Amino acid sequence: MNGRDALSIAVLLPDVLGTYSDAGNAVVLAQRARWRGLDADIVPVLADDTPPAGCDIYLLGGGEDTAQVFAVDWLAGHRDVLGAMSGSAVTFAVCAGLQILGTTLIDGSGYSRDGLGLLDLSTAPARARAVGELVSECDVPGVGLLTGFENHRGTTTLGPDARPLGKVCSGIGNGAPHPGGAVDGAVQGDIVATYMHGPALARNPALADHLLWRATGAPFDDADMPDVPDLPALRRTYLAATGRIRATPRAARPGRR
Amino acid sequence: MPQSVTEAVGSTPTRPSPRRQGLWLRGAVRAGVAASSISRNVGLGAGAIIGGRVTMALAPSALAGLAAGRQVVLVTGTNGKTTTAHLLAAALRTVGPVAHNATGANMPDGAVAALMADPAAPVAVLEVDELHLADVADAVAPAVIVVLNLTRDQLDRGSEVRSVAAAVSAALAAHPDTVVVANADDPMVVWAVGATARVVWVAAGSRWTGDANACPRCGGTVHRDRGGGAWRCGCGLTRPVPDWTAGSASTVTGGRVIALPLRLPGSFNVGNAAVATATATALGLDPDVAAAAMSTTSEVAGRYAMTTLHGRRARMLLAKNPAGWAETLHLLGEHPVLLAVNAREADGRDSSWLWDVPFENLVSRHVVASGERAADLGVRLTYAGIDHTTVPDPIAALDALPPGPVDVAANYTAFHRIRRRIDTERGSAE
Repeated sequence: MNGRDALSIAVLLPDVLGTYSDAGNAVVLAQRARWRGLDADIVPVLADDTPPAGCDIYLLGGGEDTAQVFAVDWLAGHRDVLGAMSGSAVTFAVCAGLQILGTTLIDGSGYSRDGLGLLDLSTAPARARAVGELVSECDVPGVGLLTGFENHRGTTTLGPDARPLGKVCSGIGNGAPHPGGAVDGAVQGDIVATYMHGPALARNPALADHLLWRATGAPFDDADMPDVPDLPALRRTYLAATGRIRATPRAARPGRR
Repeated sequence: MPQSVTEAVGSTPTRPSPRRQGLWLRGAVRAGVAASSISRNVGLGAGAIIGGRVTMALAPSALAGLAAGRQVVLVTGTNGKTTTAHLLAAALRTVGPVAHNATGANMPDGAVAALMADPAAPVAVLEVDELHLADVADAVAPAVIVVLNLTRDQLDRGSEVRSVAAAVSAALAAHPDTVVVANADDPMVVWAVGATARVVWVAAGSRWTGDANACPRCGGTVHRDRGGGAWRCGCGLTRPVPDWTAGSASTVTGGRVIALPLRLPGSFNVGNAAVATATATALGLDPDVAAAAMSTTSEVAGRYAMTTLHGRRARMLLAKNPAGWAETLHLLGEHPVLLAVNAREADGRDSSWLWDVPFENLVSRHVVASGERAADLGVRLTYAGIDHTTVPDPIAALDALPPGPVDVAANYTAFHRIRRRIDTERGSAE
């Protein structure tokens, strides 16, 4: 944790990449840290700010085409932050955030430009927009099924250095053909990326905790962790589409996570 | 309407009078009227939309035919369409009959239904969904188009705010003779209005700036003066000099102060009323007369209404998106709060927006989370640190609140579901 008492969570460019409410991911991480007795600070970094390079977690959200171009240029001008994102810190990037961290971005008019190159992936426009619920089985051990809402027109192809975040159970995800079937997102070092909004970490607390463990260096002792009362019902609703769990289990136990 | 209306906004293209409309359109309208009365009689609803839909199916050009020869005002934007259209219609009725889609049915079929319902009204005020503005404007050749604000709403349908703004922009560009009344405080609106020649700018306010921090033209940062007001981007996109400015309970134009003694709450509605006053004035009305007429409006299609719900006094508030919720949470007093959220097609299927709403402001109130997305809302409230009870059925949820009056804040289909329950209770009590 960079030698400080509080976990620092930077939300990069919420004013530019804030279209799909992904800043909620920061609220979830901070609260789940605090519930375990760990102080956490959310650091919103606006376009006019100089981003701090010493944060523990960096978050990137979704945004529109012009916003993506702006975000690439902005981050390219802050090499120390890029260094931290691919080095000491944990990075979680969603949708446009995933795309700009890749090597290549091709926009709707066919214009190709370099991404930031932190993830070995490239994104081209898809024929149709992917809009709807997305469920995947996460490749990170212990995380389980992921649920989110996707809304994008990118087809993302992973290179050899990036692994998928999960196998798609329903929805589109990255959209490009992948050996073994459709996948969503990417994992490379301590960078985790997905097409899921919702926000993703609100719907998937196990993924939030995984990122917190990576950032703090050790799993938590969860004896004191309070339940989020409505989470089981939320996950039942969205995961029912996969057929892996029943929409209304016969013996639902409220409060059991 | 007085002659001054035409003088003020210029002539609209000549169209055949309603009397010379084809027999086919008249037959189609008759079929639509029959369908809507059947719908009403079997209890399916107010019947407006189905009537409009049947008419349009039989005569796709019905909208143009029904609008011919009338002075039409279109009201579009993300939030405030229904309220602004109601206020404007109240003002214009001081001069004569006005056709108006008062229920908020703002697709083309709703416009057709409104024009069918008032075939003799020389003036029409139609609120129009942003993505249908171009089609409706092409059909009705509007005298005035009002553009209120453009913020995130139903991103699964409209995709992105900027592309909605681009669609509005194209619609305006196709009607260069139409007067545009637009909100100077919203950079997305200013960008959409672009180089349109005949603009009346209204500083109507904008509490929500989350969608216009990035310049819609260049993607750079929009700089705002502290305390609101002026804004500009380095690329040159800047706030136009307003012709009208909304105050706390008034609006000012050319040094003249017009009092706006509204019965609707909130600064947002003062902004809506300022826009409606500017629009009525562009149509030749005296602004004080217009403002006085607006002061009689105390509810808008059931919104803001004090009603009885399950034996309690309840104030009904509608909020559909983060900008609307930010305004609505600001209106809440000390009463317990019933929140209801659905995620049907008309609401937007994606409920991520809940995380853009400052529910933290509800601290220390009694709150119950309800609606078809009660679990999403409940999770959001827990992370916001708001104690609450979660009961998906909004009526049953009332029992989880302490006795006495309540504020009800709901999104679109949740709001209408509760309204139907109120109507049912009222019906069975009579």
